[in-house]
Amino acid sequence: MRHRTFRIPAFAQTTSGATGLALAVLILAVALLGPLFAPHSIATPIGPPGQPPSAAAPLGTDFLGRDVLSRVLHGGFSVVWIGTVATTLAYAAGSAVGLIAGYTRNLIDPILMRAVDVLLAFPALLVLLLLVSGLGPHIPVLILGVVLVQLPGIARLIRTATLETSTRGYVEAAVARGESMMSVLGRDIAPNIAPVMLADFGIRFGYSIILVASMNYLGLGLAPPTADWGLMISENRSVIGLNIWSVVAPAIMLALLTIAVNLIADAYVRTSGRSFTPRGRARILRQTDG
Amino acid sequence: MGTAAPPVDPVIPTARRRRFRVFGRNPVVGFIVRRVTAGLATLVVASFLIFAAVQVLPGDVASIVLGRNATPSRVAALQADLHLNRPLIPRYLVWLGNTATGHFGDSSAALAQGSKVSVWQIIHTPLRNSLVLAVITILIFVPLCLALGVAAALRAGRRTDHAISLTALSLGALPEFLVGTLLIVIFFTQLKLLPPISPITPGETPFTHPNALVLPVLTLLCASVAFGSRLVRASTIEVLREDYVAMARLNGYPERRVILRYALRNALAPSVQVCAQMVQYLIGGIIITESVFNYPGIGTAVVQAVSIRDTQETAVIAVILAAIYILVNIVADVVVVLLVPKLRTQV
Repeated sequence: MRHRTFRIPAFAQTTSGATGLALAVLILAVALLGPLFAPHSIATPIGPPGQPPSAAAPLGTDFLGRDVLSRVLHGGFSVVWIGTVATTLAYAAGSAVGLIAGYTRNLIDPILMRAVDVLLAFPALLVLLLLVSGLGPHIPVLILGVVLVQLPGIARLIRTATLETSTRGYVEAAVARGESMMSVLGRDIAPNIAPVMLADFGIRFGYSIILVASMNYLGLGLAPPTADWGLMISENRSVIGLNIWSVVAPAIMLALLTIAVNLIADAYVRTSGRSFTPRGRARILRQTDG
Repeated sequence: MGTAAPPVDPVIPTARRRRFRVFGRNPVVGFIVRRVTAGLATLVVASFLIFAAVQVLPGDVASIVLGRNATPSRVAALQADLHLNRPLIPRYLVWLGNTATGHFGDSSAALAQGSKVSVWQIIHTPLRNSLVLAVITILIFVPLCLALGVAAALRAGRRTDHAISLTALSLGALPEFLVGTLLIVIFFTQLKLLPPISPITPGETPFTHPNALVLPVLTLLCASVAFGSRLVRASTIEVLREDYVAMARLNGYPERRVILRYALRNALAPSVQVCAQMVQYLIGGIIITESVFNYPGIGTAVVQAVSIRDTQETAVIAVILAAIYILVNIVADVVVVLLVPKLRTQV
């Protein structure tokens, strides 16, 4: 019997890819498992506000005298889950629209393109601000905002990829066999544009995290006393002179997470050698293809 | 058999001919007209979405704006002031007409407190302050991007390139509030060199406290130079592979001249797009950067308006920002078409 060997993916063999992967694993472990190891409660004060690190509180206390270490260990969970849910929802909706528009090339196509134009007329953060202004600062509103910001770009990317793939021989063969549209899309097209989607997902995941963290920082996202890295950075600014770690610790965690995600996505795009649009944040800031 | 087929012009498609007739002979003029029309249409749709987002979704704006002070009679009075008792579409049309003619209306938060303050009065100084911040940033951004991008491209694949690219990638990945906060930690808490907030009082201009401009500008530069220099690097590498660069080198021109006169000039055309993206990035980045440094600009104003539910002010600022966004887009497209003659035949 042949043994299936595990192959290290190409992106992890580059320096930046390996660094990114190691960082991401570390930060995700802290974000997901951290709450289990937190020595103190996140809501009750353990000493005077803004105390520098001591034996009882290795990272000192925050502006209300709560343990910074415990709050850092708790604060990654919301960052990761909101980012994941929002990006996944945006991808589900965006790839459905993109696949159908690219494959059928019917009315949906021009409508999609005009909708993208309109949504691209807003800075991303402004979309979120407008929604919060209308609906109030709640988590579902933040998720909706991120989905709205990401959806047009995703739909456009998937549409371009689908257009290219649907002229291939195996797709024509499937159509000739008389397979239904859903079957062609799901079994022939989607698997073949998966690498593109994966690379793009990484970049967008990083961007979703930034958007949500920015809203939390502005005080228009999660409400206190939730522990969240973005929120912690803004609420502890008043004690930055007393206990610098109350701001720097969550800042470092958030920075490492976004850097790791970008390093992985960048290495993945470079090694997979398939890209329909220019790389990086520029693309998300303003989608220009076609 | 004897009837001859009517003469047809097989070269120029009819759609193309019709377009020339409508917009005159010059294809560039036609392009500009079409681009501006599309931009205006986008802006109108965008303004409707903005209006709908801030006015329709919450259901009862009046009681939200009034908050704890809401009594039935005051709610009714405010509803009348804000024209909330009229249907959506007429309300939108009135608002659109007023906004388009520069009548931005009154702040709804102030109305709730019984006073009348026009939105323009609230936002004209912040607009100027933000403009100052943006212009200074762009003036530093352009040369810095070109220098770093070209430096990385000339040493593509070597250590300098890796160092520049990796730093750019990492810095570009950071949210602005993070960069801003870390800069405050370094330059204020540790070094005590620069102020963490901008102490600009209403009567002063940003130039009264030049020190306070340093950190906001640095923050905005971090993310933008990161992606700008990467784009310049990519387009320079592409141009350096062209035949005319090889030709110039074979002619024995000094490398300096090859780079500056042959490579860089041609790499600049995509840079116009980079600049446009930069301005668009700035509009988003300025919102959060100003909040970090408490800089009295349009970003701080909009965040404040959102948190006190001043729907009228939020909507006006959003429309202004969206208009700038669309305008920059159009200008960039037109400039590129003017710069690159090749594109004119395709427009």
